Amino acid sequence: MTMLVGNIPPFKTVPAVGIETVGMTMRFGAFTALDNVSIKVPAGTFHALLGENGAGKSTLVKCIMGFYHQTAGQLQVDDREVAVASPRDAAALGLGMVYQHFTLVPSLTGAENLVINRTDVPAVINWAKERQALAAFMETMPFTIPLDRPVSELAAGEKQKLEIVKQLYLGRRFLVLDEPTSVLTPAEADEMLGLVRGMTERGELTVLMISHKFHEVTKFADAVSVLRRGKLTGTGLVSDLSTADMAAMMIGDVKLAELDTRLPVSDGARAVLSVSKVRAPDRTGLKMIDIENLVVRSGEIVGIAGISGNGQKELAEVLAGQRAAETGEVTVKGRAYGATRPETRANNVRFIPEEPLANACAPRMTVTENLAFRTFDVAKGGKEAIWLDGRGMKKRASSLIDDFKVKTASPASPIAALSGGNVQRAVLARELTGDVDLLIVSNPCFGLDFSAVAEIRARIMKARNAGAAVLLMSEDLDELMEMSDRIMVMSEGKLVYETPAREADISVIGAHMAGHH
Amino acid sequence: MEDIGLWGVPLAILAGAIRVSTPFIFVSLGEAITERSGRINLGLEGTLVFGAMTAYGVAVMTLSPWLGVLAAMAAGAVFGLVHGWICKFPKVNDIAIGIAMMQFGLGLAFFLGKPFIQPSAPKLPSIPFGGWSDVPQVQAALNINVLFLIGAALAVFLWWAFRNTRIGLILRVVGDSSDAARAMGLNPDTVRLLATAVGGALAAIGGAYLSLFYPGSWNEGISSGQGLMAVALVIFARWNPIGCFLAAMLFGGAGALGPALQSVGVTQGYYLFYAAPYVLTLAILIATSSPTRSLAGAPGALSITK
Repeated sequence: MTMLVGNIPPFKTVPAVGIETVGMTMRFGAFTALDNVSIKVPAGTFHALLGENGAGKSTLVKCIMGFYHQTAGQLQVDDREVAVASPRDAAALGLGMVYQHFTLVPSLTGAENLVINRTDVPAVINWAKERQALAAFMETMPFTIPLDRPVSELAAGEKQKLEIVKQLYLGRRFLVLDEPTSVLTPAEADEMLGLVRGMTERGELTVLMISHKFHEVTKFADAVSVLRRGKLTGTGLVSDLSTADMAAMMIGDVKLAELDTRLPVSDGARAVLSVSKVRAPDRTGLKMIDIENLVVRSGEIVGIAGISGNGQKELAEVLAGQRAAETGEVTVKGRAYGATRPETRANNVRFIPEEPLANACAPRMTVTENLAFRTFDVAKGGKEAIWLDGRGMKKRASSLIDDFKVKTASPASPIAALSGGNVQRAVLARELTGDVDLLIVSNPCFGLDFSAVAEIRARIMKARNAGAAVLLMSEDLDELMEMSDRIMVMSEGKLVYETPAREADISVIGAHMAGHH
Repeated sequence: MEDIGLWGVPLAILAGAIRVSTPFIFVSLGEAITERSGRINLGLEGTLVFGAMTAYGVAVMTLSPWLGVLAAMAAGAVFGLVHGWICKFPKVNDIAIGIAMMQFGLGLAFFLGKPFIQPSAPKLPSIPFGGWSDVPQVQAALNINVLFLIGAALAVFLWWAFRNTRIGLILRVVGDSSDAARAMGLNPDTVRLLATAVGGALAAIGGAYLSLFYPGSWNEGISSGQGLMAVALVIFARWNPIGCFLAAMLFGGAGALGPALQSVGVTQGYYLFYAAPYVLTLAILIATSSPTRSLAGAPGALSITK
């Protein structure tokens, strides 16, 4: 089938496409990234691909999509062997991919993004005609997305839907979704996957979803294939497998770090962080965040739930000194706190922001240097250092790298060369070493695999049990339920709900997150 | 000459806006195209001066000002191509290359332009729109050069084209996200190479205007930094072609304030008013900036916004 994406065919006239890989093997030099992997994804099914980071999931889909050329093995599309030499060939066969990061152009509107991706864009675009055609196409879609607004103004969930719509608009009927929910809230994720699932059930689409979230796999997928270190370690219908089975296939016999037993918060625990009546403008300058009262006491974790874009980021920025508050007061241990370096040091405040590579590291400086950001300017006696203690920095870096299992080619590599999980570990190593009295954390486990997640949570719990006050902002409700002592919900810049985590009801929290309060 | 008193000031500002703004219009439109593709070409000052020299030289030799303009465009495109070609190599900084290209363009223009300082070239034609008035100042002010009209039309056309043509959308895609561009099979380097070439060609038209109309001669002091200011105007105009046109008019008008005041007899401090365009630009940039918001409309792949 040659589908030149000339005239966009009416959506329902094109059936779903099924694929099968047979003995797919990919070697990079001496390293075998993919070893004889055979999976079958029949048309109109929802197939999940599970595996830890580095298990070969991306390699497999890149072979399918024509980014890599497999060393051995073959790809069949609709039971016919095909040669896919480039992503263009894959597109012609109706295979499409939705990436983890968005590939939409932020300043273009949804409609412009859709039209410009076609291969036959006319030299002058007749927008009246295109809008009409797009409206007719969107009628056949289960998603509703505003197409007239620049993509940068859309919520993460809407962008993800638009990515999928784009693939369908271009005539793709087999979609690889690469961790499609990693930037979505639970409600957004459920809605999006539910709609996609509906399309597969109607035979309009075939989906291969890369994921490491078991609840998504069990709830939405028909079948699952599990990769570990490049090999297929298991495959089967989701209905026949338990979460424990899948986890065992995925991580083998590796032991996950366990959380320390939660020590009770004593009634007399002193307040370490208190925020009162803080108002600050958000990124657009149009809305305000308004924190009436927030107290975090020693030895407790206060979790802040909320859909992204409701002011959590701004709150974190105010606490980190990156954003000036217009009014109100932030105190740490009873004294006014302006997040200056001396104040931070005197109060042992540590900060793990989201996207740590961008927000807590100097990407092109070495791992050693990045690990020394808290300490490089202090000499032995506690005075300000004039000369850097190069040897001391190196020694400290290698001990932290060992302790926190940071995988890096060398302590002298730029930190940007590390994988996301390892950057996160390195930042944790820096922030959690030494005395910690207040720890402010944002989405610490975003996009990390199992063992990294388990370990990072264990470290945070350990800091809590050692007496640190922890403010944990997360978009992952499961994480908040597992880690927090108290949970607060942030919505439209305000803290609208508070509950002890023991008595927390997810549906009540969800309703407050969605603005029903 | 009839005395029209203080009315001379707004009239002079209008006339100045039209006369002085043309080089700004072309350079800033060219730079807007280049920057919309995600690259900054700071070398347009050099391109402008080289364009002025080329246009003048070719006009002297062929006696056709329009051939001069075409030759300038070709020369400007070559400068753009060189800039774009060097910038496609990894780890090359477009701003540094731009500054180098600026110096190169100036030096080469002065070197090759020596023989053309003496001879006089035919001027570009202008259209007298002021025939309805008896006042010579009004007639002079409304004697509008064809290039100004072309520049105004070009601004509107580009504004339309950025939204409604394939090339316009491709340019915006490449400028906003190199990754997205690659994902749709576009080569960002090629698009930027061409965008820089077009930008260079337009900037050279600005130069041709300088040497072939106003002031209308070729010498080493022909440009007073128009090529550099126009780059700032693009940011000031938020990468919008119509904004570029208006900003260039505003800048030209403010530039005419000093001479206008001088002509109505203000004898003290008029030199201060020569600084008006720069003060105005600073004031507007400060007034429209914000420490908490990022620049709206800035192409995402630009090296200053990355």
